Amino acid sequence: MKISIVNGRVLTPFERSAPTDDQHGIRSDLHIADGRVIAIGDQVPGSSSVLPDGWVPDRVIDARGMIITPGLVDLAARLREPGFEYRATLESEMQAALVGGVTALVCPPDTDPPLDEPGLVEMLKHRARGLAGAHLYPLGALTVALQGTVITEMAELAEAGCVGFSQANVAIADSQVLLRALQYAKTFGFQVWLQPQDPCLARGGIVHAGPLASRMGLPGIPVIAETVALQTMLELVRVTQARVHFCRLSSAAGVALVRAAKLEGLPVTCDVSVHHLHVTDQDIGWFDANHRVDPPFRSQRDRDAIRAGLGDGTVDAICSDHTPVDDDAKALPYGEAEPGTTGLELLLPLVLKWATETRTPLARAIATITTGPAAIVGMDRMAGTGAGRLELGSVADLMIFDPDALWTVDRNSLVSQGRHSPFLGYEVAGRVMTTFVAGQPIFERV
Amino acid sequence: MIRRHPQIDGQGRLRHLLSIDGLPKAMIERVLDTASAFLDVSDRTVKKLPLLRGRSVFNLFFENSTRTRTTFEIAAQRLSADVFNLNISASSASKGESLLDTIDNLAAMNADLFVVRHAQSGAPFLIAQHLDHLGKDVHVINAGDGRHEHPTQALLDAYTIRHFKKNFTGLRIALVGDILHSRVARSNIHALTTLGVPDVRAVGPATLLPGGLESMGVRVFHDMREGLRDVDVVIMLRLQNERMRGALLPSAQEYFKHYGLTPEKLAYAAPDAIVMHPGPMNRGVEIDSAVADGPQAVILSQVTFGIAVRMAVLGIIAA
Amino acid sequence: MSTPTRDPEDALGALNADRAYVHLLDQLRRVLADECRSPVLVGVHSGGAWLAERLHTDLGLNSPLGYLSSAFHRDDYGSRGLPTNIKPTVLPFDVEAADLIVVDDVLFTGRTARATLNELFDHGRPARVELAVLADRGGRELPISARFVGVSISLRGAQQLVLSQDTQGHFSFRVE
Repeated sequence: MKISIVNGRVLTPFERSAPTDDQHGIRSDLHIADGRVIAIGDQVPGSSSVLPDGWVPDRVIDARGMIITPGLVDLAARLREPGFEYRATLESEMQAALVGGVTALVCPPDTDPPLDEPGLVEMLKHRARGLAGAHLYPLGALTVALQGTVITEMAELAEAGCVGFSQANVAIADSQVLLRALQYAKTFGFQVWLQPQDPCLARGGIVHAGPLASRMGLPGIPVIAETVALQTMLELVRVTQARVHFCRLSSAAGVALVRAAKLEGLPVTCDVSVHHLHVTDQDIGWFDANHRVDPPFRSQRDRDAIRAGLGDGTVDAICSDHTPVDDDAKALPYGEAEPGTTGLELLLPLVLKWATETRTPLARAIATITTGPAAIVGMDRMAGTGAGRLELGSVADLMIFDPDALWTVDRNSLVSQGRHSPFLGYEVAGRVMTTFVAGQPIFERV
Repeated sequence: MIRRHPQIDGQGRLRHLLSIDGLPKAMIERVLDTASAFLDVSDRTVKKLPLLRGRSVFNLFFENSTRTRTTFEIAAQRLSADVFNLNISASSASKGESLLDTIDNLAAMNADLFVVRHAQSGAPFLIAQHLDHLGKDVHVINAGDGRHEHPTQALLDAYTIRHFKKNFTGLRIALVGDILHSRVARSNIHALTTLGVPDVRAVGPATLLPGGLESMGVRVFHDMREGLRDVDVVIMLRLQNERMRGALLPSAQEYFKHYGLTPEKLAYAAPDAIVMHPGPMNRGVEIDSAVADGPQAVILSQVTFGIAVRMAVLGIIAA
Repeated sequence: MSTPTRDPEDALGALNADRAYVHLLDQLRRVLADECRSPVLVGVHSGGAWLAERLHTDLGLNSPLGYLSSAFHRDDYGSRGLPTNIKPTVLPFDVEAADLIVVDDVLFTGRTARATLNELFDHGRPARVELAVLADRGGRELPISARFVGVSISLRGAQQLVLSQDTQGHFSFRVE
């Protein structure tokens, strides 16, 4: 289908250098044909406005007041299939992804059964392809059944489509097993995704160990649970030179360790959950179970350090950490409630909120959820995806959003079956109007 | 977002009693003053007042406690309420009925008041907010939630202190023992600081003292003799059996040697200092019998005052 | 009570608390002498308590003085809750077979008197209970009457008659 998007502002994400373009993108038309971007208005550097003679679009979309960016790349979205269909299904969550402007997502392996066999991965990918939505990039389990004793057939899993290997949030207690797993992954050049949390120091903990935990009488998870695990993992990286991506940093000390490791030249990257950019332990209110997540929301100082880490490039990407939880599992006392919050539909507005509050240029902010995560997954090498880019010839995985549209986060407005969030009842700015996958407008807000 | 404490309604009245944290000083004082008036009811020929006649008070104890449950039962009966005791142990909860389903069922039986004890911090808040959200006119009293708070214990402790010491200003008060796991300690800290006690101290080994005590207005001591120096009130906390071995403490004997209240250590406190304990006591672990049975101990008074204080709380809330 | 012949403003002008007190004291003195009685005075918090204290001194009674709270037997608990500053009932004598005179400041609907009677009977069975009030303002809603009355006055239903005592111990009435 030939599509022209006119009157909008095209925003190209950038990583480090100062913007040369307008804060809100450059007024420009954009044209799509055969699933690719074939022309962008000539104000955008490196573009061309050359359209074939007699080119007539099948559809013209008026994007006045809107911003056009690459489709979002989400490094962590739990789709709950296979096995947890009572919480959410592939259909509902893939739809939530599109509503959130996400065109590529990475899902962790903690399904039921966990993704430790190629057959399961193939089935999942097949299911997802049938739904014609975002591109799905599964992470394979690092150990069989995530049990932390036997490593999986990583090569087989990679062939089935896994882009990396992970334990989700199930720590490996035996450091020798972790060492072997990293060595094995390094053999094939595979990337290992690890959430740093020492299971013994975190044992029994529910909230960030600080004055608030003391006041509320809730067992705490100290920051050292994250840093001790990080130190161990970094030592193993030094020894094995395996590529490791650290998932969901939560503390100032954790960010500092990764900063030092990168300076040292270790092959590590890291992400943070978009919620941790905003929420702190104080926001628990009167034991609101919607506030319960893993890793926990920490202090204001930790939140500020995460923001600073994004500012100086220590933190490479922001993800939604989308974790749908059913109502019954949240209608419980805080300590019994299941951790998790919905995220796919909040990724964009919460990134915009962070950008506004920190005066981060919009193009830089968008990079944290497009080119940044795409680089971590190595999407540039993968065919058939826009890889978080918006340039001539790239696959047209795009989204159009209205930066000024205000909406209230509540059970009616959320599409995901996960209807729990610390932001319930809040009004946020930024709403996706259209999401394109391979040049098709798969989602359009009426 | 909710900013008003769920225990206080839109007209500023006490609707539930969930925590001392967030309870205004005037409200605490009202409970203490009202308790004075209830104190003599136990001495009358007719040990009953008609205030809660026809009201149904359900004791929902998800965590066992004969002592607290009994005092609430006595208090409610002295006010002529109908009292129903439900001991919901972990096993019956595991038969599948969720906490809120249990609450909904009981509320459907036209309960007026729930007295709730639960092993999870915050459970009474969940219950109270659920009932308020449903528009049910049921009041919730927190009889102890996890490590979080035990509001009526702190109120009766405050009453006891006021009875023996008259004024809170100028007092030095030490809480000794397992503060980390103690809901009594947390409630007391809030009550005493709210009432204007200038010097509130926590005494114990580092493994039993939570971080952030200073931010709650408390001075921390690891040396018990220093911690007790010149104090007017010593509140001893119970050390639970499970804590006595393992990674928190090596043994009851070593604990008693350093943190047990003996006459020798008590001598560091003011000569007219009173000794309190929420009970039940572990003699020879946190407190020596000579002190527990000695002239400075007011532990039995706490029990008597506890009934009057709980009557006051029921009377104020149930209206 | 007969309908008022004077407008309430005038009525208040003529309402002198001290004069009413003297009138009340005289009645009590006369009756106690005539009947050779040595009753126990029980003052209802707060106005009745002040009056009882003064009467106790002026009558030269040897018996202990009691105090009653009506708070716990009020019939409006369901709508108004517990009053905010409750003073306790103190009866330092045996109610059983006692000759009691309950003293209150204002008698109106009779509900407070009913509540104080209930409170008394929680402590035992008195031989006899009589009621002494500084002002009877009519408007009874229960079959209650006071044997000893300092002054009678009619007021509109919505008005409140309040007794106060200054630092020198002088009583005064005001209408609210």
